[in-house]
Amino acid sequence: MGDVLRIRRDHVDAIVAHARRDHPDEACGVIAGPDDGSDTPERYIPMVNAARSPTFYEFDSGDLLKLYREMAAADETPVVIYHSHTATEAYPSRTDIAFASEPFAHYVLVSTRDEHVTEFRSYRIVEGEVTEEPVQIVGDAGAESAAIRLNPDVTPVESYMFANTGSDDVPDA
Amino acid sequence: MAVTVSIPTILRTHTGGEKAVEASGKTVAQVIDDIESRHGGLKDRLVKDEKLHRFVNVYVNDEDVRFAGGLEAEVTDGDTVTILPAVAGGMR
Repeated sequence: MGDVLRIRRDHVDAIVAHARRDHPDEACGVIAGPDDGSDTPERYIPMVNAARSPTFYEFDSGDLLKLYREMAAADETPVVIYHSHTATEAYPSRTDIAFASEPFAHYVLVSTRDEHVTEFRSYRIVEGEVTEEPVQIVGDAGAESAAIRLNPDVTPVESYMFANTGSDDVPDA
Repeated sequence: MAVTVSIPTILRTHTGGEKAVEASGKTVAQVIDDIESRHGGLKDRLVKDEKLHRFVNVYVNDEDVRFAGGLEAEVTDGDTVTILPAVAGGMR
């Protein structure tokens, strides 16, 4: 478990596209990854916001059961749990914190309050305590990539802390 | 005897790390009490004021018990009871 979220560019783009599509309602979903401690988000799964609300989100209870059964069968864990705020900053609300129940997940918050640039931030939420973490995006932005803003105030983590597996893993200068 | 109760990651501290435990009971409430008798602390995480906590979903097989009697939902031998934290939140 790292103190940074490493996430592929195509996953970032998918999350932002989902949040924009559902705006002004909140959007939500998961990126599952192997349950082996590798902390690698691999399988992107957009979820329906059963609340269909601009101020609340909730995975449909039947969808939730299906999701967790699929993940259990595939030895996966929810590496990323994301949702959008559509009128406020990308920071966990009291409600988000009260519900947060996956201590090993990266809670990604995006904000679509600015119509052009999407805030994209990540947190650990453990027993009510929120810790923001840097976001390291793997892969270059393409022409279709969303305009995002990371939080520049989060201390970046040096790249030497990671085991590079290929040239794609070298962070952008 | 013998329903299987699937325990979510966040509550496994109450089951010695076990992902699933066996339990007995004719209702969800009895199953929870039975687990509580061996794994103290779990009930507080699931039940508040004699009702299921808003933050958890409990299923008997494929059915969310919120729509099937809540804590009084019936269970029978061989059933699987699944506990999952709700994934929810909002701007406030």
